[in-house]
Amino acid sequence: MASLTPTEPAVTTEEHAFEPRPYANPYLAGIGLGLVLLSAFVFMGRGLGASGAFNSTIAWLLSLVAPGYAASNEFLARYLDVPGHPLKAWLVFEVLGVFAGAVLSGVLAKRMSRTVEKGPRASVTLRLGFAFLGGFLMAFGAALGRGCTSGQALTGGAILNAGSWIFMMCFFGGAYGAAWFVRRQWR
Amino acid sequence: MNAPLYKFGAFGDETSLVVAFVIGIGFGWFLERAGFGNARKLMAQFYLTDMAVFKVMFTAVVTAMLGVTYLAWAGWLDLSLVYYVPTFWVTAIVGGLLMGVGFVIGGYCPGTSVVSMATGRLDGLVYVGGFTAGTLGFALGYPAFRDLLAMGDLGVLTLPEVTGVSWGIVAFAVVLMAVGGFAGATWVERWMTAKADPAARAD
Repeated sequence: MASLTPTEPAVTTEEHAFEPRPYANPYLAGIGLGLVLLSAFVFMGRGLGASGAFNSTIAWLLSLVAPGYAASNEFLARYLDVPGHPLKAWLVFEVLGVFAGAVLSGVLAKRMSRTVEKGPRASVTLRLGFAFLGGFLMAFGAALGRGCTSGQALTGGAILNAGSWIFMMCFFGGAYGAAWFVRRQWR
Repeated sequence: MNAPLYKFGAFGDETSLVVAFVIGIGFGWFLERAGFGNARKLMAQFYLTDMAVFKVMFTAVVTAMLGVTYLAWAGWLDLSLVYYVPTFWVTAIVGGLLMGVGFVIGGYCPGTSVVSMATGRLDGLVYVGGFTAGTLGFALGYPAFRDLLAMGDLGVLTLPEVTGVSWGIVAFAVVLMAVGGFAGATWVERWMTAKADPAARAD
């Protein structure tokens, strides 16, 4: 379990070539992200996303186990009722790209690390339990909110989608409101 | 230029998947560069010590918004062919709040969890497992949510339509809000740093 300790904040000098490089300037990263989003609008006429790829994957997996049920499930049917394989979906390929891009950037910046990100006072067990619980809750949030942080807040935010701005405000409101209760995990 | 290129038939469905992968690489690259594969970096936003989430997100929104605004104004991008998620104000509130609460519990959102997992974080991997299980749970329980999902349907709706002012003015207001927000966020970061370590105030 020795490897499961949080990494120290990135501090690097020329002498420490194997230490992770510091993260990018937030405004530069934001401009880069914005240009990627803009290219999605220009090339595809749609924005970025993530949760949709999970929906396609679950729809496909369930169609292997219980094809009749999956096809009759209103939430999943639209992800199965596509020409070709359910995984030949735009967001599935985009998320595969996200994985590849993250590895590429992480390797080049020496930030690949088998670790658990958590506050100094939180145990690994608590952190992993909360990671699962948070993911579970957010799946319901994304399904009800018709998109996640990428598909609603980022994408809809840029094209001035009214629902996306409501979603974004509530997202930050919910996070700030709940932060105090889970501070032991992070602080 | 006639954009969106895909909608004007510049390339087909097979090619669109290649485009998806390449755009995804860019997305994953910048999320990782920003530090968003690290839950501690993301969560610092909500304890006010590092407002990178706000800064990166709003810089991205403003950049893409200005790009879309310019391309549409120049007649190169047909905004009516860009997909808008219809506005359901009730589910936007419920979904947004649930996502926000889940964010500080889980430490990631779906996109950043993929980055975290890809760069080796075990908590990112477990989050992905939780999100997958939750998606399955929602699908199985879908009939119970059907009525809620239909609530507050306003159709496709933009901020200029809601406010009755032009796109350009709303865009300008968003830029002002972002710039003001950046200044405020930086001020809060400094204040929190000074509070945590009074000695650091000297520099």
